Amino acid sequence: MNRKKLRDRLLLALTFALMMAALATVFLYAPTEKHTGVIQRIFYFHVPVAWVAFLAYFITFIGSILYLSKRKARWDALAAASAEVGVLFTTLVLITGPIWARPVWGIWWTWDARLTTSLVLWLIYIAYLLVRRFAGEPGRGARLAAVVGIAGFIDVPLVFITVNLWRTQHPTTIIFEGGLTGSMLVTLLVCLVAFTLLYILLVRQATGLKMLETEIKNIKRMREE
Amino acid sequence: MLARVWAIYRKDLLQELRTKETVVAVLVFALLVLVIFSFAVGDNIAADAAPGILWVALSFGGVIGLNRTFAVEKENARLEGLMLCPVDRAVIYWGKLAGSFTFMLVLAVVITPVFLALFNLPVFLPRLALIIVLAVLGFASVGTLFAALAVNTRARDIMLPILFLPVVAPVIIAAVKATAPVLAAAPWGELATWLEILIAFDVIFLVVGTLVFEFVIEE
Repeated sequence: MNRKKLRDRLLLALTFALMMAALATVFLYAPTEKHTGVIQRIFYFHVPVAWVAFLAYFITFIGSILYLSKRKARWDALAAASAEVGVLFTTLVLITGPIWARPVWGIWWTWDARLTTSLVLWLIYIAYLLVRRFAGEPGRGARLAAVVGIAGFIDVPLVFITVNLWRTQHPTTIIFEGGLTGSMLVTLLVCLVAFTLLYILLVRQATGLKMLETEIKNIKRMREE
Repeated sequence: MLARVWAIYRKDLLQELRTKETVVAVLVFALLVLVIFSFAVGDNIAADAAPGILWVALSFGGVIGLNRTFAVEKENARLEGLMLCPVDRAVIYWGKLAGSFTFMLVLAVVITPVFLALFNLPVFLPRLALIIVLAVLGFASVGTLFAALAVNTRARDIMLPILFLPVVAPVIIAAVKATAPVLAAAPWGELATWLEILIAFDVIFLVVGTLVFEFVIEE
């Protein structure tokens, strides 16, 4: 137990340090982009946050498969925690996106492939969380949510391919047209690592919390009996 | 295997044929969607809005019909009876799938000509029939899985559309996009990609549904 606590502390310290480093590189080290100006700096948050959202849904997918095959509460807790973090980060993607789009493209929203896919994903995983809530008992919720976690993730490439063909404009490529300069790439990498660590930290905490919740429920049930 | 699927399918079919209540109610609902849409967009709608209206009516009507397929099984503990059958869970999935597929196909067969007539479009379109079969199969593959899932939750009436609609987004987009060139009498080339997407979706979700259905109805 103590070792786990130590590991958690270390992870927290490391995440904090890297987040500070990320802020410093984004605002002090990275150069201001020539065409779009200072707003381009939101890119260093927007992209890592989007990456974490996809990573989170992938982990939910893996957790769901493992739960259905092994039936260990731990895998369900992992899948659920990861989906919660995924919805949170997709929300951040959907907020940072329009903030960036408005000054650069003059519009809040466009039905571009990436934007639309993020929106559809967000809706699928909100449904995932709702199934869990509406299932009644936790065991059933875990099982039904796992099915949604699997079907939802398999849908992701299909949604992306379809939306991509539906609307073939890719405004985001403007950013990459000139390529990223060395210092921009370094900044992006620092941010990616920082946000991935934040994800691991959040999922560890949330998984632990869910495991404790189940434990308390079991103890309560035993006392009643 | 096939005989067992047929037995479950036949049971659903017979029940619907004897009462006809769900099919009539859903037909009226889908017709209403068409009417409401023509009020909402005005009478001189552009050609690009018409395919969308058809597919909104078919997907909304479909989701209501899907909700009923498992809701009736919940009454009188008939789902338990079905579970007691000495058959593989996948057989139940395919039986219910065949039922939902037929149901939505009937819906489309009635609604589509009405839609084409109401919006003054050519009525005989064999290529549209192909799109409808592929899209409805996609709806039924995902819908059967999620209807069985939603029926086990509280708030099941709202749970099914919330689950079903985002996941079938590729089917809706592909069907709308394939319908537009058919209505415009464009060559096959313009809808080939969309048909491929529909086929890919159908195959993927028929496999996924067959594999995970047992987890949805266990207990």
